[in-house]
Amino acid sequence: MMSTPMTIFQVAGRAMSAQLVRMNTTASNLANAGNSAGSAEAAYKTMKPVFRTSFDQASGMATVDVERVVTAGEAPTKRYDPANPMADKDGNVFDAAVDESRELVDMMETARGYQNNVEVMQTAKSLIIDTLKLGR
Amino acid sequence: MAGDSLFGVHGAALQVRSQRMGVLASNIANSSTPGFKARDIDFQAALQSLEGGSATGIGAATKYRVPTQTSMDGNTVELNAEQTAFAENAVQYQTTLSFLNGRIGQITRALKGE
Repeated sequence: MMSTPMTIFQVAGRAMSAQLVRMNTTASNLANAGNSAGSAEAAYKTMKPVFRTSFDQASGMATVDVERVVTAGEAPTKRYDPANPMADKDGNVFDAAVDESRELVDMMETARGYQNNVEVMQTAKSLIIDTLKLGR
Repeated sequence: MAGDSLFGVHGAALQVRSQRMGVLASNIANSSTPGFKARDIDFQAALQSLEGGSATGIGAATKYRVPTQTSMDGNTVELNAEQTAFAENAVQYQTTLSFLNGRIGQITRALKGE
């Protein structure tokens, strides 16, 4: 794949898919906010993608890839709630460690990043079409 | 060479504009990658070295951007600056295209003898 020089469409397209992965993790985090589990291991933990620059020597351009998705953030919080059917033998449940306001901020930043890449792709497309019409 | 005199400086200018569009698109694509250093092409230097016939022309004129404000994750992409530069470059690309179109029209008219 690296044998041919990267095009501007690949740069913007791969950045868009990376932002989409980030949006998916944010959606999972928000969907699981407020969940509780019977043990600290089973409780949901915040997921975050790790972005890494992928540099193309042939074209001098750089795009972004998702290297992996990691669990990040705080440990699940222990709460005493013996009435909960999920409670362990001591009567504790473990709430998912999701910071909702941080996830919402992340979601907005992701949407902005995605939109910017769409804009780049549209501009590049119209300029290339104009170049093809040269001399007509 | 005939090609050089036909389009003058605009052939090389279009090449630099196109390269710069790719570099700015890379910056925008990496706007949320930690540690990414934004780059830009010095148009005048790139054009001069292309006109001088140097092989490494555009690569040597690609410089790292100096951020007005640094961020904690080491990323030096400032989205507002990148968006402005990208829009500016797109307009300049179109300007170069219309120069080329005008030249082609001129030559075509001369050939037809209208």
